[in-house]
Parts: sequence; structure tokens; C-alpha cells
Amino acid sequence: MQAPGLNEVLGRNFPFPRRHFLSVLDLNPVEVASLLDLADGFVALNRQASKKLDLLKGLTLMNLFFENSTRTQSSFELAGKRLGADVVNMSPRASSISKGETLIDTAVTLNAMHPDLLVVRHGSSGAASLLSQKVSGSVINAGDGQHEHPTQALLDALSMRRAFGYIAGLKVAICGDVLHSRVARSNVAMLQMLGAQVRLVGPPTLMPSQVDRWGVEAFHDMRKGIAGCDVVMMLRLQMERMDGVLAPSQREYFRFFGLDREKLAFAAPHVRVMHPGPMNRGVEIDSDVADDLAVSLIQDQVEMGVAARMAVLASLAARLDNDR
Amino acid sequence: MSARPIALTNVRLVDPASGWDGPGALIVRDGVIAEVFQGSDPGALSGDLQVIDGVGAMLAPGLVDLRVKTGEPGAETKETLKSAAFAAAAGGVTSIVVQPDTDPVIDDPSVADFILRRTRDIEMVHVYPAGAATKGARGERMAEIGLLAEAGCVYVTDADRSIVDSKVMRRVLSYAASFGVLVAHRPADPWLSAGAAASEGEFAGRRGLPSTPPIAEKIMLERDLALVELTGARLLVDQVTTACALESLERGRARGLAVTATTSINHLTFNELDIGDYRTFCKLDPPLRGEDDRQALIEALASGLVPIVVSAHAPAPAEDKRLPYDEAAPGAVGLQTLLPALLAFHHDGRIPLIDLIRTVTQAPADLIGLSAGRLAKGAPADLVLCDLNAPVLIDADKLLSKSKNSPFDGRRLQGAVRMTLVDGRVVYTAD
Repeated sequence: MQAPGLNEVLGRNFPFPRRHFLSVLDLNPVEVASLLDLADGFVALNRQASKKLDLLKGLTLMNLFFENSTRTQSSFELAGKRLGADVVNMSPRASSISKGETLIDTAVTLNAMHPDLLVVRHGSSGAASLLSQKVSGSVINAGDGQHEHPTQALLDALSMRRAFGYIAGLKVAICGDVLHSRVARSNVAMLQMLGAQVRLVGPPTLMPSQVDRWGVEAFHDMRKGIAGCDVVMMLRLQMERMDGVLAPSQREYFRFFGLDREKLAFAAPHVRVMHPGPMNRGVEIDSDVADDLAVSLIQDQVEMGVAARMAVLASLAARLDNDR
Repeated sequence: MSARPIALTNVRLVDPASGWDGPGALIVRDGVIAEVFQGSDPGALSGDLQVIDGVGAMLAPGLVDLRVKTGEPGAETKETLKSAAFAAAAGGVTSIVVQPDTDPVIDDPSVADFILRRTRDIEMVHVYPAGAATKGARGERMAEIGLLAEAGCVYVTDADRSIVDSKVMRRVLSYAASFGVLVAHRPADPWLSAGAAASEGEFAGRRGLPSTPPIAEKIMLERDLALVELTGARLLVDQVTTACALESLERGRARGLAVTATTSINHLTFNELDIGDYRTFCKLDPPLRGEDDRQALIEALASGLVPIVVSAHAPAPAEDKRLPYDEAAPGAVGLQTLLPALLAFHHDGRIPLIDLIRTVTQAPADLIGLSAGRLAKGAPADLVLCDLNAPVLIDADKLLSKSKNSPFDGRRLQGAVRMTLVDGRVVYTAD
């Protein structure tokens, strides 16, 4: 499928109907397709020597990261700057929150500085939604607790669509710590909306209860779980959750749920491997697999991240323009 | 206080104690119920009487609420005994039992005495303290249960905290039993419920909320039932909220154990889906459960397995609620919404009116040995006059509690309190 040119996509001027970007569940397939088309255009732009547009000229983007994340924060920062926005990075962790200021107080304070786009990451589920009720600009959820990380799902969909040309009908196995993963939740919603078959793979201690009611197939045996899959998406497992808490040890986890060549052989021959990063090499994924550019989409995901976020920002900003 | 006697005429008397639900009238004199006319016309009322025409409204015993929190002493910005008393009066609640987890904890007779003295000064509704079962409600060493009972505590409990140590729980039960003191206990396995903000299941999983499985309630309840069997004590299960715990309760009662249970109006009315997009006013402890659990609770209320409903009034100011869901304080105010919310089951035709009223009057009054909770000659004139069919739109900002954390905000209910009397005094009149 030939990606349409950026000007063509922008020329369609599809009005994104929402003020905020909080959850994949808010979106519909038409909007997602439109965002992916737009992102495709930005991928091309980002590969040029001159990468700058002025779609967000005059607008202020504020990165509000209550949890540290160099990767997501710089991705949003680059996305904003390439579209011509003024970008400010705030890490309230270091400053006011520790002095007893609540999330709402912080939001109200920042709101008085009139950010047009507020990118929020917070350790509590629902925090971005709460913030969106209190500010006048657009809120973009860059990860809220164990709930959602919708731009990650968008960039993952973009990576898959570019690798395979389609998403509907793909068999995707999401493996690892599903219980604590906002990436998994957003991806399940996104992939189901786009018609992929989703499987979840992990030990029962790392699966949400009643996960069978999510419309997915759940597996506790990784070889069976990834058998015949087109995409194997690994999730990050935080080290402190091993050592007998939710998994007995790192080596046991890697033995049964780490992705290596041997297990990957059960997937489809053309399988592509994904990981939202940062990776724990040798814990959830073998370096041999992660670094094999013939199967790994992990580097692509990082590149697609900037483009997907540019698409989200541009769509929301168009809406802001219309409001004025 | 020898005010004029009051005649309440043209009312629908609902008195679970005598089983009467029908037209009638009632005369109040010297703070007690002087005459009850069931069905019969009182005829010519003689003497100097203040006659109040009920226009067909329900006249029932004032409500007895066994589980109320205020912030006094220690957190008066949340709620004072006075603001809670006004809210109670406006809700038709004439007796409340305040929980001991105040600051300081009611683990000392002097704190119980403070509550009772404050209540006398306020002159609104009856306030009874519950004493702590263990010192500091920390679950480690027994509180002075005998002295607390002497000081007026109607039961002992560690409120929201389960007594984890089975040895301590055993001793509390057997020691309290020797004084005839009722022990109330929250059944929640502490390890399964640590850090939980929601009930485990599909909803919590999708929302990414830390959750506790319903069996955490059952596990602790089963332990408690075994200890009741061992000690022969009386136990009040503080808020059953799950279908699986109801099964345990039913078996325990079938074995003849002296165990009874409450549930909260919140768990009868809402389920976890009401949390929706992280509405922290629906964050409760125990958390809201699934619809199957809610239906099982309504069945248990109808069958009498759970004979008592509480408001579980727990004020939390906006600054404790307007936070991300897992950081927000649990609890909901409920004194003013208890009666109209409960009446929903009458309007739905699910539970007869007289049985519903029993769960908030006679049943709790009998349990803690109050003479209130009935329309009987000589009983305290604690009464509520309620227009059963009047629509009410709950506006949290207009509630009389100092904290406005009501999950009923914006709800349309049916049943408006017209007047509340305590010891024959009119303490609330709707304008």
C-alpha cells in the first residue's frame, strides 16, 4: 500500500472530533486510519534533511511527566518541535508534588500558563482523565498508571501496518507482565478495533483476572501462545516484580517467558518482534532476537513514535484552531 | 421539657415491631409515644394538642444507623458531631453509632464520655459511641472493653481495620462475650486486600486499578465464624458485600451461631461500573462489587439473611477525593440519602415496605438494645414522617454534611423526609 503524501493527507483536513487524547477506547477505526495516514506522511518528513513544519506555530506544548521516561518525553518533545510548537518540560516529581501539592493544584497552576497541549504521564490510573477535566487545553495521555498508553498503541499499529501493509487478520501475541501494563491494555483495544486477533501470554500471576472476558485468548505456555503468530509483542517486566513476588526469579522467568530463538521458531516464519522499551535484555528478550533487524521492529517503533505523536498533536491542534 | 403534646394524624403508620403497615395516628407526650392508633380513628382529640396532619405520608420509627463516621474528635474539617447530627436529622435518622477510629481513638472511656457530652450539648439526634476492640484500633492488644461498655459504648469494633491476629480476635471475642458486649468486625483478608482500590474482576482489570478479590471477604469471615463457634461470642459482620461471603454467613447462621450482619446502602445501590471514568466518590471501603454481588445482597436483604442496612457514612472532603483514583480517600457520606435510597427497593416492588423499614429501625435497635426503633406506647418518640412518593434530586452541594462526597449526587430518588422528631422534639422540618 502506497502511503499518501503528507500534503494530500493534511489537505483532506479530517477534523479530529476530540479535545483530548486519553484512551484508545475513545477512538473509532476511521479516526485511527486517519491518524495512521497522517503519521505515514510525517515518517517521510522525518527522513528528510529539513524536518520542520509550522502546524503548531504559536502553540505551547507542555510535557508534564510525574514518572520519569526519557524516551517518551523526548519523543513528544521532538514531535512538538518539528511541528513548530514551543515545548516546555516539567518534572513535578522533583518540585511541587513532594511539597504536598495535589495533581489538581499542579494542573490549575500550569493551566494559568495557558499550555495548548498538555502531555501527561502519571503513576495512577485515571490521572490524565482527571487532569483533562480541570484544564482548558488538550490533554494527551502519555501513560496513566496501569491503565492506558494510547500513543504507544498508535505507534505500534503504525509499525505493524508499515511492516505488513495491513492489520486486520494479523495474529498478535502480547507477552509478559500484562497485569501491570498500560501498553498491553491500549494495544488490546487498538488491535481489536483494527481487526487483529490478540493473544495474551504470561504466567497467571501477571495476568489480570477474568482476562478471558477481554475478547482475547490467554495462554500460560509461551510456545503455544505464540504458535503461528505474525507479531510477538514483548512487554517490559520490572525487576522488583521478580524475586518471588510475581515470578520466582529472573532465570526462571527467562526460561519460560523470555523470547529467544527457540521459542520464536514456533511463530509464523515471517514473524516480527516488538517491544515498547526499555528492554531488559536476558530477562524478557534475548539480545540475539532484539538486535536481528530481519525480525525486530524495535528500532522502527522508536522512529514511528515521533511520527505517531506528530499526527496526534497535529490533529488536536487543528481542533484547537477551529475552536478559536 | 414539657412541650405541648403532638398528635400526628392522617398518616400511614409503618411499624415493623408490631407488623402494622396501614393508616393510623399517633400521640407524643413528654418525649415518648403516648398513644398509637392503628387503623382506628383517634376520634375527638381532647386537650391542648399540636395537631400535625400527615396528609397520608409514612410515619415510621426514626432510623437507627449503626455505622457512622464523623471527624470529631481529630478531623473536624471533615465532619463534626454537630454537622453529622444535622445531616442525620434531615435524613430521618434519629440514632447514630459513631465509629471509634477517631483521633484519639475511642479506646478510653473518657473519649466515649466526650462524645456523649458533646451530643447532649447539641440536642439533635441520639449519638452512641462504638468502642475500639483493641488499643488504638491497631489489632494488637485488647482495649478496656468492660469500661468502654460501662461508659456507654454500644459495641466494640476496630472499624475499617480487620483484626488480623487470630489470637487477638479470639481473645476479644471471648472477653467481650463475658460482658455481653457485641463485637463488630470487618471481614477482609489483609494481604489479599492490601493496597486495593477496587474489586477484582473484568472492570478493575481493564481500568488498571489495584484490586482485592471478593474471596478476601469470605476468607476472613470464615475465620471469624470459626472463632465465634469456639468462643460462643456474638458477632456483627461489618458490611457483607459479596455473594461468596453471604454463603458463609448463611451456613454460619444455619449452624446456630450468634452472628448477624450489616450491608451498606452503597453496595445495595451501586456496582463497580458506577466508578466509570474513575469517579472517586464511588471509591469505597470495601470497594463496590460486581452486579452479581449486588443482586445477591438485595436477595439477602429480602430473605432476612442480612437484616441490617447502614449508611456507612464516611465524610471525606474534596481535597481527599479530587485525586487520582488509587490515591483518593475511600468512603461516602450517606446519612441524608439512606432512607430515599433504601425506598428504591419498595418502589421497585422488590421488598415490602415494612421489611425495608425494619432493616434500619427495629433490627439495629434490637441488636444494640435500644428501646427506640418501634411505634409502641412508652417508646421514645423518635419518628420520621416521609412522603414516600415525592421525587428528590440529590444535590451533593446541598447536603448538610461538611463533606459533600456523595455517590448519589445527581441521582433522582423517591421519598422525601418531611419531619423528624427525637424524644418528641421536632429536630427537622422540610420547608
